[in-house]
Amino acid sequence: MVSTVIFFLFAGFAIACAISMVYHKNPLYSAISLIGVFIALAGLYVTLAATFIAVTQILVYAGAIMVLVVFVIMLLNLDEDKPLNRLRYLYVVGAGLGVALLAQTFFIFYAVLKTPKSPADPDSLAGSPMSIGQAMYTEYLLPVEIVGVMLLMAIIGAVILVRRMEQPEMEAVIEQESENRIE
Amino acid sequence: MEPSLESYLALSGILFTIGAVGVIYKRNAIGVFMCIELMLNAVNLTFVSFSRYYGDATGQLFVFMVMSVAAAEAAVGLGIIIAFFRNRISVDVDDASILKF
Repeated sequence: MVSTVIFFLFAGFAIACAISMVYHKNPLYSAISLIGVFIALAGLYVTLAATFIAVTQILVYAGAIMVLVVFVIMLLNLDEDKPLNRLRYLYVVGAGLGVALLAQTFFIFYAVLKTPKSPADPDSLAGSPMSIGQAMYTEYLLPVEIVGVMLLMAIIGAVILVRRMEQPEMEAVIEQESENRIE
Repeated sequence: MEPSLESYLALSGILFTIGAVGVIYKRNAIGVFMCIELMLNAVNLTFVSFSRYYGDATGQLFVFMVMSVAAAEAAVGLGIIIAFFRNRISVDVDDASILKF
């Protein structure tokens, strides 16, 4: 009974924060609402006995990613969105697509729930850091390594994207590129 | 009594739909980016609830990988937004409709 109340508390908080994120025009308010969603989801992960994922959620999402987003918002000094001056029909299209997507999602979940499943074992240790770490470094070693390489690529890619080239340097790069093409 | 698997899946579906509608409605590139993060989180909730109800840690392992992809996406996506802002002094996605200049 208590866990049901906690579920509806966190679920309501998550949905309210998500709607407020889409509703607010100021990106900073949206970012703070999104942090609310992340914290509510971390609470739900605790009720699902996934403590490791809950801690990672707070650390990675609410900590690292949202700090980066808020940092960029403040760095660019963004204004509020201008009122929509064209493409007003997009609101109708968006609402229609949203309803269609919701119906589709629930249809898929309904189909999934009709398949037989083994009853949940309430004492299972599936959420403990030990079981996750064991799976990570034995059965799923290759995917974990690939994720590591992908993170390295993302770091290098971000640095190259954001690097500001000086004008002479840019000209040198263009010259070299054209020479390579000719060869 | 624990809430059933269905209620977690319903919450996940609602959050995913809010995120998808937000991607259509938002015109700010950072807003679109945050809506994509919300959709990733909705999928994570599905993974964790199935992992709980089948007693298998694999789902939570893949949540970890989705989080890594989200972190990489944050780094590269915000890099693109900053590079775009330098050229246009704007982060409005309507200004990015030409994939050139």
